[in-house]
Order: sequence, then structure tokens, then C-alpha cells
Amino acid sequence: MIDEGLRNELSKQGVVVTGFQDLYNWGRKNSLWPMQFGLACCAIEMIATAMARFDLSRFGSEVFRNSPRQSDLMIVAGTVTKKMAPQVVRLYNQMSEPKYVIAMGACAISGGPFKQGYNVLKGIDRFIPVDVHIPGCPPRPEALLHALITLQEKISKETFTGPGRPRHLDPNAPSEFPIPVCGPDDLTPPSNPEVWRPPTMVRED
Amino acid sequence: MESLEEIKARVEASVTGAAVEIVPNDAPCQQRSLRVGREKAREVAEFLRDDPRLRLDYASNATGVDWPDTVTKQKVKVKKQINGVEQEVEETLEERKPGCLEAVYHLYSMALKQGPVILRVRTADRMQGVHLPSLTPVWRGAEFQEREIYDLYGIVFDGHPDLRRLLMWEGYRHHPMRKDFVEPDDYEYEPTPHDEVLEKAKAHYPADGGTQGGTA
Ligand code: SF4
Repeated sequence: MIDEGLRNELSKQGVVVTGFQDLYNWGRKNSLWPMQFGLACCAIEMIATAMARFDLSRFGSEVFRNSPRQSDLMIVAGTVTKKMAPQVVRLYNQMSEPKYVIAMGACAISGGPFKQGYNVLKGIDRFIPVDVHIPGCPPRPEALLHALITLQEKISKETFTGPGRPRHLDPNAPSEFPIPVCGPDDLTPPSNPEVWRPPTMVRED
Repeated sequence: MESLEEIKARVEASVTGAAVEIVPNDAPCQQRSLRVGREKAREVAEFLRDDPRLRLDYASNATGVDWPDTVTKQKVKVKKQINGVEQEVEETLEERKPGCLEAVYHLYSMALKQGPVILRVRTADRMQGVHLPSLTPVWRGAEFQEREIYDLYGIVFDGHPDLRRLLMWEGYRHHPMRKDFVEPDDYEYEPTPHDEVLEKAKAHYPADGGTQGGTA
């Protein structure tokens, strides 16, 4: 690893010194390709983010793809119903590594206004790993841009080795997650314990 | 538009055995409706659509109603022999009325710019006899809404071109809009539970803060 002071000195002289890891991450973080995939009202905000006024392309993520094979960022924008959840997980499984997930809106992160309903999944993080959660109902396009920048920061900090490495460099990390089945009463299983466990709540009484 | 009484009279005159009944409405809107027998519902619907004075060519809305079994209790005084003495005793009489499911259609006329006429059809019961004739062949717009009623209330529409569930998946056993539906107990994580939800969530939260309580 190059010494920070030396690197600064060199850059003053117009010499750019960088490591392969930084170059690699820089390339990856600025070319995230989101999947064209929206589930409810939040998707409208996502569309607005991609349009001229908010202009997602300033951040190198304007290439919305129609196929999971060509995308590495899944923006779960909107209400995931229990009927839709298996398809969301299946699409995630079909995406190529390295892949990331942004859960956009109260519905995608927790079920939102439909949390107490019978047919809405209480957060997609029950089945697939989510990198950035955006609260709000719906979040403003700026919030999606912020989530994207947060994700870019996260990617730029990833290392080739060690615990901070991205999942595709970790042979033990799964890239496919079990797809839940729509059962007679609910999804089976109702959540994937490998990905999500409810925090232990203590009762006050 | 004609009054509901006139419509009732003309329906009865042209569809024999239609069993038309005017359902009163106590709500401030006073919007009354026509209930017809399920055997002749299809013919009544065709009459309402084709009659030159009504021309109800548009079903703007179709939905369901669940009428659960009702038990009415009545106190009656009866004379009884108790220990050889005749006494007046109060007894409660229970009257059980079996429930049913109902499909409700709101009909308008695009051609004559009038409406709505509200049409109701009842099933025989809530268990086996949940069949009703589909009105989709009469009003194409009822297709998805009848599927929704089938999904959420469990009314089976005979003659529907494509009766599949709409919101829930095939194989789901329940009909969530029925009054006796028990929602899934998935309250394992509620950050700010209150009222009813707090009660349900409590079962999942151990009082001693021990290991994870409840199953998801
Ligand atoms: S979070 Fe709000 S805006 Fe977003 S999908 Fe849910 S209901 Fe719609």
C-alpha cells in the first residue's frame, strides 16, 4: 500500500498513483446498472429519478436493464406482495455477481402502510440481503440518489480479501437464495433465517 | 330515470320467477337496491342491459358482501310448572339465521346517461352453495371484479370465462374479506406496536428478554 503523504506529493506533480483495488472499485461503483423493475407507487419516483429533472445518469446508473442477467443493482421500489415475493427472489438469483440491492420505500423495507395486511411481505430483507434501505412513503428522488451514493461509498470501501470483500470474492457467501413457496396460508418459509432474524424484543410488564 | 318500483314491476313482468325485492337503505344517501334471485339473475341482467328505457350498459363496480350467521336472542315469558306451582319464567329464545354471500353490481347507462341501479344477488349459504351465475357475459367489465370477489369472498361464478384468483395465489386456502378470516400471526417484529397489534406482538416477545420467542 502506498504511503498517503507520498501519494499527495506525487499528485501535486501530476503523477497519479493508485492501487488496482481502488481502480477496480472506482470502475465498479460508477457503472451500476439497475434493473428496470418497480412494484408500486415508489416505482414512479424511481422513474422520475431517471428522468431529466433528477437525472440519475450523473451518477453512472442510467442504464436501466430489462434483464436480470445484465444488471447488478436491484432497486426494490414499492410494495412486495406475498404473491410477488418468489418472483423478486428469483430475479435476484438470476442477476450476475457482484450484485446489490436497494430497498426503496416503507413498503419494501417493512410492509409500510400495508404492514398489518394479509398479503404484503413485511420487508424484502426477509429473503434477500439489502445493502441500503430508504425510508419514506414514497422517498423523494433525492433520497434514491442519496441511497445510490451511499451504495457507491460502500462499494469503494470493499477490499479484495478479508471480511470487507464483496460477496462474489467470498467462496462461502451464497449468490442464490432459496425461493419461498406460496403455501396454503402464507409463504413457506415466511422468512429466510440466514438473511433475517427478528431482533429480540423485550416485553415491558 | 324510472323509480326502483317501476323497474321492479317491469322486471317481474318480463322475467318470470325473477324474485325481485327492493332493499331499503337507512344510510343518509337512501340509496336503495334491487335484490334478485340467483336462478334468474342472468336474465334480469340481460333485461336491464337491453331494455330501451334502461340501457344499463356499463357495470362500473362489482363487489361482495359477507353476511355471517346471525343469532338473535329474544326474551320471552313462559308459564311453567315449578314444584307444582305455576310460575312465569323468562326464557331466552335463540333464533339462528344462516348467513350468505352477496354480489353487488353498480350499473349505469352510458347511452342514456343514467344510473346507478344497484343489483344484488345472494348465494344459498357460505359453505357449499356459494355459486352464482356470472354476469361477465352480460357486462364484460365485470370480469376482473368477479375474479376479485371469487378471490376475497369465495363466491364461485358459474359461466365466468376465466375464473382465477386475482390478488392471492392459487392454493391459498382463505378468503380474506370474509368476516371470520383469521389473519396470519406474523407479528414477530413490530418496532412500535400499540393497541391490538401490541397484544398480538406480545406473544412473540419474551417477558424475560430470553431467547427469541414465538415462531415466525
Ligand atoms: S412506500 Fe408508500 S409510495 Fe412506496 S410503494 Fe409503499 S405505499 Fe407506495
